[in-house]
Amino acid sequence: MTEMQITAAPGVPQVLTSRTFDAPRELVYRAFTEPDLIVQWLGPRRYTMTIDRFDLRDGGTWRYVHADDAGNEFGFHGVFHGEASPDGIVQTFEFEGAPRHVSMDTVTFEQADGTTTVRTNSVFQSVEARDAMVDAGMASGMNEGYERLEDLLTKLVANA
Amino acid sequence: MAVAANQLDAVFGALSDPTRRAILARLRRGEATVAELAAPFRVSQPAISRHLKVLEHAGLISRTRRATARLSHLRAEPLREATVWLAGYRAFWEESFERLDELLVSLQEQGEEQDEERGRTHPRGRRRPKGRRAP
Repeated sequence: MTEMQITAAPGVPQVLTSRTFDAPRELVYRAFTEPDLIVQWLGPRRYTMTIDRFDLRDGGTWRYVHADDAGNEFGFHGVFHGEASPDGIVQTFEFEGAPRHVSMDTVTFEQADGTTTVRTNSVFQSVEARDAMVDAGMASGMNEGYERLEDLLTKLVANA
Repeated sequence: MAVAANQLDAVFGALSDPTRRAILARLRRGEATVAELAAPFRVSQPAISRHLKVLEHAGLISRTRRATARLSHLRAEPLREATVWLAGYRAFWEESFERLDELLVSLQEQGEEQDEERGRTHPRGRRRPKGRRAP
């Protein structure tokens, strides 16, 4: 187990992450592809996850909903592309609250010495959308003040 | 939720244009008229007015009148909200992966218990104490 790494090259609308798990590849792959396992880990603990569809075939669709105690629901959906395997799962990803902001995600599973490194590759529709997301991802917490806005604006304007 | 999401959509759209980002940067220094905002650019005042409408629709600026001039002001809150929403990206995955660590430990323990029931030695040779372990 290692800390998650996030990489975002300048000028490319892409985010790469990697994270190593102390488990064999077959098991990690199962945790990513079996709905009864996925609902046990994907998303923050405060949400209850329901999987509506998970058709892991070329062209198959997936949809899940995260619900909180207050009755708020957040839906996500997308489409699988190609045959999924531990060598790679390729799918689109869209938050239903922000339709048409779609990313294309690839997840791979690499085994070494009984551990498995999961790498994700997300491609966004623009550098701006990617940068906004990554800048925010570097924030230390959820309660940052207006200094964050200043930083964000400075970066956005520097890239203009 | 739908309102917040539409707002986010509008904020992203507004920020996607370099002229509009430059306008926001100028407004950080204080309110400005359309003519003042248009001055640094090789675009007409009507074009700047169209950009201001987009920023206003996204809630990123507000506009007031002083005599004949229309003044634009930066409104920070929507952008801050978008930032907070996006900060969830990293937090979401970090918490998810911590949960996945726990699930993988529990799945491997289940697997070992099944192996032991079948009288086989675990392939990795790690004999763990039988019985219920502390969570």
